[in-house]
Amino acid sequence: MRTDIIEIRWHGRGGQGAITAAKIVANAAFVSGYKGVVMTPTFGTERRGAAIFTSLKISKNKIYDLSPIATPDMVIVLDHTLLEEVDVTAGLKENGLVVLNGPKPVSEYTFKGMKVAVSDITTHSVEAGLPPGIINSGIIGAFSKASGLVDIDVLIDAIEKEFSTKRPELNSKAAQIAYDNTAIGGM
Amino acid sequence: MHIIESGNVAAATGVKLSRAQVIAAYPITPQTPLTEKLSEFVEGGELDAQYIPVESEHSAMGVCIAASTAGTRAFTATSANGLLYMNEQLHWAVGARLPIVMCVANRGIGAPWTVWNDQQDTIAQRDVGWIQIYCNDHQQIIDSVIKAFRLAQSVSIPVMVCYDGYLLSHTYMPFDQPEQSKVDTFLPKFAPTHFLNPDDPANFNTVTLPDVRPGLDGKMAPGYIEIRHNLQEDLRASLDVYEEIDTAFAKDFGRGGNPFVEQYKCEDADFVAVCIGSLSYQLRDVIDIMRDNGVKIGVMGVQMYRPFPNQAIIAALDGKKCAIVFEKALSYGNQGALYADIKSALYNSKDKPLVHNYILGLGGREIKTRHLLDALNESCTAPETFGDSPRWIGLKL
Amino acid sequence: MAPKEFCKMISRSKPGPGDGGNTGSWRVLRPVIDLKACIPVKMNKEACFNCWLYCPDSVVSKTIPPVINFEYCKGCGICAEECPAGAITMVNEATPIEEDK
Ligand code: SF4
Ligand code: SF4
Repeated sequence: MRTDIIEIRWHGRGGQGAITAAKIVANAAFVSGYKGVVMTPTFGTERRGAAIFTSLKISKNKIYDLSPIATPDMVIVLDHTLLEEVDVTAGLKENGLVVLNGPKPVSEYTFKGMKVAVSDITTHSVEAGLPPGIINSGIIGAFSKASGLVDIDVLIDAIEKEFSTKRPELNSKAAQIAYDNTAIGGM
Repeated sequence: MHIIESGNVAAATGVKLSRAQVIAAYPITPQTPLTEKLSEFVEGGELDAQYIPVESEHSAMGVCIAASTAGTRAFTATSANGLLYMNEQLHWAVGARLPIVMCVANRGIGAPWTVWNDQQDTIAQRDVGWIQIYCNDHQQIIDSVIKAFRLAQSVSIPVMVCYDGYLLSHTYMPFDQPEQSKVDTFLPKFAPTHFLNPDDPANFNTVTLPDVRPGLDGKMAPGYIEIRHNLQEDLRASLDVYEEIDTAFAKDFGRGGNPFVEQYKCEDADFVAVCIGSLSYQLRDVIDIMRDNGVKIGVMGVQMYRPFPNQAIIAALDGKKCAIVFEKALSYGNQGALYADIKSALYNSKDKPLVHNYILGLGGREIKTRHLLDALNESCTAPETFGDSPRWIGLKL
Repeated sequence: MAPKEFCKMISRSKPGPGDGGNTGSWRVLRPVIDLKACIPVKMNKEACFNCWLYCPDSVVSKTIPPVINFEYCKGCGICAEECPAGAITMVNEATPIEEDK
């Protein structure tokens, strides 16, 4: 089994922009020297609002296996209400990381044997000046802080590129506020 | 410049860089995002083409046939039942020797209904006379589209560029986007050998008789069988032409060199896994595990399926102990189509390997590393006792 | 030799609520039946039931009054389109509904 691949699973709802967020991270990771980047959305018939997930694999080497992630190193949860519907930690490796958009303090969320990072992205994004409900830029800030995988400055560049026609500064500001306000706990 | 995008966008970008002039569009999953992207390119002024939405795939190919007959560079894309609905026009396009390029995002065929990946759709079209190129990743998709336009116009035969639906069409990965100016040099403007020209009126594809007959000009006109024989000869000769095009592409863009088959760790191998499409890349990781366990094994992806590259197949497999053919399609009532073709090619080789056949992944059934390992171990442990019937992987009966 | 059993498998399912998956989560618009206009209710006898007949997910009951199963109603609006009495309106899912209170 290859050990050079970092597997990140994104949980969101149809329409929340999980795929766009994963794509931004993919771009930033590639720019940071991860030559192998594969993002595989799950394909189904569910509609807007339904729980969906997206697989993102990154590695310094080319990735050949395109199948969805079964044993992630980290999971990113765009919406804390998903916790009631989906077992977001399914297959998560030991000492894995859960990055969560949730309103409560980090001590209120426990996932046995896992690290947790929490940021109230929904609120921070509004603080940044975005209309309510746009959270996919903010969650990237929390991901950067919690994982340390990709530098926040590179991510912010990638955000501004992706959202070049859709309020780029507000989206990058949301990511920065989330980055500065991510609490890490668990284990 | 590298971008991270889906396989469908890679295909659309290749079409844009190739400056297609007429695009016929009819949506079908999982190809739809390709033609949607092309409509954005046309709408945004990035591609100067006629974008013609039609009411069926049959009409889509009809539009391409008309556009190509008028001397323009024509493109369309489809999947699964859409491709089958086109079937009659596919025969027409190749019989009329029109250099149309079409992408197919491979998908299983109903009934029962499925939208997920296998390769039954294009494999079932292998006998129509189109050239078929298969891709393993996004780089190969964008590069193959560009090469396909040059190949099609060089030999006056239409080309299908095929890639796995969802697995490639909807997955995002980085690929290099060639520069427009370099593509323009590589792919010269389309100068049709024959086209509808008011200054030189002609009837195309008129009725032929069983025998040759004199035309109005007194010259003997070929009959049906001569025209078809000529198509077959040209298809066989297309192998050399494609090799030249691939070499030229490698010189200009630094990528390629494997026009027919792409081998991984095959040189010293006793066993070679063989398949078509992205599975051949997925198998590389599995081959590495097998190698760690001391098995001398490699994997080979077949990139060009029609015309069938017999010589390349023989060169790759002659002298091996066993070739293990994995297929996401079959010739129902017989065996895997690729398996049968490979056995047929090897009939003329000096030191024939054993050949095994596995069927897997139909209708998008997930292909797990564990299943591939089990199958390869089974084949490598007792290769002589396998038999000539395909075994199925991952069935839940 | 024992006779072989042919055609043991085709794709076949029972039409009914849930066959299409969790379709209730798709709904953006909700069909609301105005019982004052509904033909079987008005006549107090079995009649019409176009909504029952045309619902592609079989989530409308053939009862007086017809009742919609919102766990699986996907909000497609076909019932509203087919109702000869114009008794069904599609309202925004977010709008509070009298009967629910
Ligand atoms: S909107 Fe009407 S027709 Fe559509 S699923 Fe709901 S009840 Fe059935
Ligand atoms: S279609 Fe309209 S009138 Fe007929 S039963 Fe349904 S709601 Fe009543």
